[in-house]
Amino acid sequence: MAPLVAGGKVLVGNAGGEFGVRGWLAALDAGSGRLAWKAYNTGPDKDVLIGQAFRPFYPMDRGKDLGIHSWPPEQWKIGGGTVWGWISFDPASNTIFYGTGNPGPWNHEQRPGDNKWTAGVFARNVSTGEAKWFYQTSPHDLYDHDDINEQILLDMPVAGRMRLVLIRPGRNGYLYVLDRQTGQVLSADPFGYINSSRGVNLRSGRLIPVKEKEPQAGRVVRNICPTASGAKDWNPSAFSPRTGLIYIPHINLCMDLGVLEANYVVGTPYLGAESKVYAGPGGYRGVLTAWDPVARKPAWEVHEDLPLWSGALATAGDLVFYGTMDGWFKAVDARSGKLRWRAKVDSGIISQPVAYRGADGREYVAVISGVGGWAGALVSAQLDPRDNSAALGFVNAVRDLPNKTKSGGRLFVFALDG
Amino acid sequence: MRLPKGRTGCLSHPPLSPPCIQGGRLACALFLCLGLTACDREQRSLNGQPKAETIALANDPRDLSYQENSYQLSQGQRLYKWMNCSGCHANGGGGMGPPLMDDEWRYGGRMEDIVRTILHGRPNGMPRFEGKITEQEAWQIASYVRSLSAQQGQDVLSARPDSMSASEPPTLAERGKVLPENNLTGPKDEQN
Ligand code: HEC
Repeated sequence: MAPLVAGGKVLVGNAGGEFGVRGWLAALDAGSGRLAWKAYNTGPDKDVLIGQAFRPFYPMDRGKDLGIHSWPPEQWKIGGGTVWGWISFDPASNTIFYGTGNPGPWNHEQRPGDNKWTAGVFARNVSTGEAKWFYQTSPHDLYDHDDINEQILLDMPVAGRMRLVLIRPGRNGYLYVLDRQTGQVLSADPFGYINSSRGVNLRSGRLIPVKEKEPQAGRVVRNICPTASGAKDWNPSAFSPRTGLIYIPHINLCMDLGVLEANYVVGTPYLGAESKVYAGPGGYRGVLTAWDPVARKPAWEVHEDLPLWSGALATAGDLVFYGTMDGWFKAVDARSGKLRWRAKVDSGIISQPVAYRGADGREYVAVISGVGGWAGALVSAQLDPRDNSAALGFVNAVRDLPNKTKSGGRLFVFALDG
Repeated sequence: MRLPKGRTGCLSHPPLSPPCIQGGRLACALFLCLGLTACDREQRSLNGQPKAETIALANDPRDLSYQENSYQLSQGQRLYKWMNCSGCHANGGGGMGPPLMDDEWRYGGRMEDIVRTILHGRPNGMPRFEGKITEQEAWQIASYVRSLSAQQGQDVLSARPDSMSASEPPTLAERGKVLPENNLTGPKDEQN
C-alpha cells in the first residue's frame, strides 16, 4: 500500500492475507520515523488497541478480546486481516478510517466464528491509535472479501437530515453509507449483481448470506456472484461535488468455488480454495457506475468488455477519466456517461489517473499504462491459460486478454488544452 | 509479479542440446538451422532438456524409480496440493509463481533440477522446502510436476482430479507437450 501521512503520522500496513500473516497498521512519527503505535487486527484487545474509547454501534462487535474468541484456538495468529488499501483522514475529529483484509485461510470451515477484526472497517484516533468503533461488513467471510476498499467522507442529507457519513463500495457488492461518528449503517444497497447474500440487516448490522452459496468441502459451488475479487476490488472511486455522484469502477464476474483443507506452511499460500471465474450476467466484465448516494441508485452505467481495474478521476470540467485493460484511456461526461474522448496507450491500464496544473499553468491528466495485477497476470506474468485455476481462477475470465493487449509500463501525460 | 518481462524469441537463447555435443558438427549445424526457421516448437527437446548451465552428462539414477511410476506420481500430486505449491503455481498454469505446464524451464526441467528447485528454493520467490518435506517426497512431487507438461506417459497419470472446480482429471485432459502460442479462446466459449 501507499502510506498516508495524516495528523503528523505516517500510516502503513502489511499485506499477505493469502499467506497466513497477522494484519496490522502502524503509525510512524512523521518527523523522527519512530514507531508511534501499532494496531493488530486480530488477537487480544491490547494488541488491537481496543480500550475505554471503543464504542462499536452493533452488539456483534462488543465483548472482551473478540479478536481471540471469535476464532478457533490460536487461529487468530495466522488469521490475516491485513491493511493494504486506503486510509481516509477526518481532521475535524482527528480520526482515520480504514478497512481490514480477508480472514485466512479462504476455506471458512477451518475458522468457525466471526473472525474479528477482519473484513471490516475501523475508526481510530490518529494520535494514539485507539479504536473508536468497528463495523464488520463480512462477519466470517466466505469469499475472500477483503474490506480494504476506499472510504469517501461526505457531509450529506440522509432521510432529510444532514449527516457526517462514510461511503464504501464494498467487495461484497454493497454500497455502505455509515455514520462516521458511530459506525451505524444508514444504508447498504447493491451496486453490482449479487446472489450470495440477500442484503444487510440494518438492525443487527449483519450481512444476510444465501445458504446455497456457502462453500463446502467436497463439493463445488457454482455461480457465486460476486467473485473473490468482489463486485469491486481495490481500484478507487471518485466523487464529484459538482454532480454529487460517486463514480465507481468495478467488475461483473461470477465464480465456481471449491474448498479443501489448507495446510499452514510458513511462506506459502494459506488458501484451501480453488476457483474459476467468468463473466457475470450480461457478459460484460467491467462497469463504471455513477452512483447517486442521496437517491441511493445509479444515475448511469457504462459497460466495459474487460474487467475495469483502474481507478476513476472526476474533474471540475465534469469529466470522468478511467482506463481499460485493453489500453483505452477514456473521458466520459460526468452527467451522462457519454464518451467524450479516448486515447489508446501501449498496454492495459490498471492504475489511477491524476489531474494537475503544471508549472506552466496548463492542466494535465496523467496515467500509467502496464497491465498486470490479479486480473492481468495472464499477460504480465505469462501464465498458461490452459489451466482454469491459474491466478486463483482469474485467468479463466480474461482468456482473450493476450489478444487485446501486451505487457508494458509507461507514463502518459495529456495536456487538456490540446 | 516478479517474473521477467517478455517471452524471448528462439534466437536469444540458442539451445544447447546433447545432439550438438554428441553428434559432432553436422548435427549441430542442422539443429541451429531448424532453430532459425521454425521458432519455438520443434527446437525444444521434448523431455524437458535443461539450459546449458544445468546440463549433466548422466541423469540421476533415481529418475528411473520415480518417473513413469503411477504410485510415486500420485503421491506427488497429493503433496503438491498439501505443500501449497498450487497456491503459487495453480494446477500448472501459474499465478504468483511461473507456469509449470509449459515448456520453459528457468532452472532446468529434469527430475534432479526440479528436486533441487523444491528443496533449495530459487531466488525470485520460490521458497525452500528442505526440512519441510523429505527428499523422497521432493522426488515424488517432481514426478508430478513433470506430468503437468506431459513429460510422463498418459497411462501413469492419476485419474483422481485433485483440483476442486476448475480442471479435468489428468487422464481426461488433453495436454500437449509444449505450449502453442495462440490457442486462446474467447470468454464466451469458456463460460460453462
Ligand atoms: C510462494 C509462492 C511459491 C510456492 C509456495 C511454490 N513456488 Fe515454485 N516458484 C515460485 C516462484 C516465484 C518461482 C520462480 C523463481 C525464480 O525465477 O527464481 C518458482 C519456481 C519454481 C520452479 C522452477 C520453474 C522453472 O522454470 O525452472 C519449479 C519447478 C517450482 N517452482 C515448483 C514448485 C513446487 C513443486 C512447489 C511446492 C513444493 C512450489 N514450487 C511452491 C513460487 C512458489
